[in-house]
Amino acid sequence: METMVTHRVKLTPECLEVDGQRVAKAVAGESFLTKLYRMYNMEYPKFFKMDVLCKVGFVASEVLLASEGVERFVPRADRAVILFNRNSSLNADRTFQKTIADPADFYPSPSVFVYTLPNIVTGEIAIRNKYHGESSFILLPEKSQEAMEQAIERAFLDSETTSVLTGWVEAMSETEYEAELDLKLET
Amino acid sequence: MIVKKIGESMITPLGFTVEENFAAVMAGRSELRRYESLWNLPFPCFVSLIPDEKLEAESARELSAEVLVSLQTKFEKIAMLSAVKAVKQSGIDPASERVVFILSSTKGNVGLLEDENSDLERVTPAHTARKVANFFGNPNMPITVSNACISGLCAQIEAYRCLKSGQYDTAVVVGADVLSPFIVAGFQSLKALSDEQCRPFSANRRGLNLGEAAAAVVYTLADESADGWRMLAGAVRNDANHISGPSRTGEGSYRALMSVLAESGLSADDLACLNVHGTSTMYNDEMESIAITRAGLAAVPVNAMKGYFGHTLGAAGVLETLLSMRAVEAGEVPATRGFDELGVSMPVLVSSEAVDTQKKAFVKLLSGFGGCNAAAAFVKV
Repeated sequence: METMVTHRVKLTPECLEVDGQRVAKAVAGESFLTKLYRMYNMEYPKFFKMDVLCKVGFVASEVLLASEGVERFVPRADRAVILFNRNSSLNADRTFQKTIADPADFYPSPSVFVYTLPNIVTGEIAIRNKYHGESSFILLPEKSQEAMEQAIERAFLDSETTSVLTGWVEAMSETEYEAELDLKLET
Repeated sequence: MIVKKIGESMITPLGFTVEENFAAVMAGRSELRRYESLWNLPFPCFVSLIPDEKLEAESARELSAEVLVSLQTKFEKIAMLSAVKAVKQSGIDPASERVVFILSSTKGNVGLLEDENSDLERVTPAHTARKVANFFGNPNMPITVSNACISGLCAQIEAYRCLKSGQYDTAVVVGADVLSPFIVAGFQSLKALSDEQCRPFSANRRGLNLGEAAAAVVYTLADESADGWRMLAGAVRNDANHISGPSRTGEGSYRALMSVLAESGLSADDLACLNVHGTSTMYNDEMESIAITRAGLAAVPVNAMKGYFGHTLGAAGVLETLLSMRAVEAGEVPATRGFDELGVSMPVLVSSEAVDTQKKAFVKLLSGFGGCNAAAAFVKV
């Protein structure tokens, strides 16, 4: 099967690139993710509840899908969301661990716990875009284009899947993250 | 070519072989029990734990001293042990470049975070997956699927596709999770836990029980004429509704079921049973009853395994698939332990007694946080 990459988005704490062109640059002291949320008029208040892994995946997917230029938020089942990283939800895990570490100060919160699963970001993107297709999060011991491409090739074996929103999304903290997403279409 | 099962293993509080576990299920046994203050947690819980002494003894029997030294956690031990046992049974060469290792886990070594000096590199299940693949001298990058509660089925679907796509000839799938204060406190914060025996699909159900397990299965490509267990189809679909609550219309589960029925060519009449998620939470079981009915499967016997093992997270999809295979071979759909009076809006066929069957196929269904749902179909030829 032949696939075609339509657009690529790269997001780091320093800058945002679309198809290799820098479109926004971070300024010291601001939240770059919140700035991009406003710059692109995302208008999705749930964004502010998300942990950093979800915010990074969400912002990068919004920019990617805005560049696709087709009508959005129409329910569909032919698009899969398949993301990868190495460290799973480690940042959220450490946040949640702090809430249960001290028996005298034990306050586990469901709104923190729910983000201790890496596939929540794939779910957030599916919900935002009304995608009923496959959603999946795969962990690799290291970033490998070959392993990711093999997984996407496999995903197209699902007869309903005609495009895949995919890529690497890692977030170790509010200031250390990376997303490289693209949209692959069956041709 | 077809995708055929050629090896399996299972490590749970009910036994360290598939045979022992299946016998325990058919005898209605469980190691789920109430702990008033497990690990000093400030609430009672009802869970199923793998006994440490038994695990140490089995590990010492099956694994070399050199390997044991490298396995520092219970999670690493059960993942490795189940892989070793399944690989041995299958007779494959695990070092072949045509073999891939696939791990299913939701939280892996998250318990390591209790110690601030822990090596954070070890926390991700991808680290354990590499450790297992390296032990066998396998040259390929291992795949770890982490899709919450559906991971064990997703890992089998990945295996199926790895073979069908021609990328590999054989896949070793390991599903494993252990419990820790992190996981128990988290589910408690969601008000998802029951402090008594879980009661899937019952009117008086009050939540789920958690459990520890590892289960492994080896699939390989075989000729159309091969006998034995085949995986026929698998699908993953999203509710696109809510990150921590199932769809009221069972959207993702319904869509996954429809896809699997279409791809496998199976119909309701072919199915011995539908082995469902059946966590015993109000929302999950209700959602499944709607999805099953919408998919035209209301006449198929439904059973759930959570009453024997609790919810074993990343292991559940593999464990429950393997036990369903045994049940179909034995011609019996196991009782849904803990079930009494139906308490969902759709009249699905759940039973507190085992039911005879002559049919040779079944469908496995799971759903999880992130709105994800998975279904897969299997048949004995």
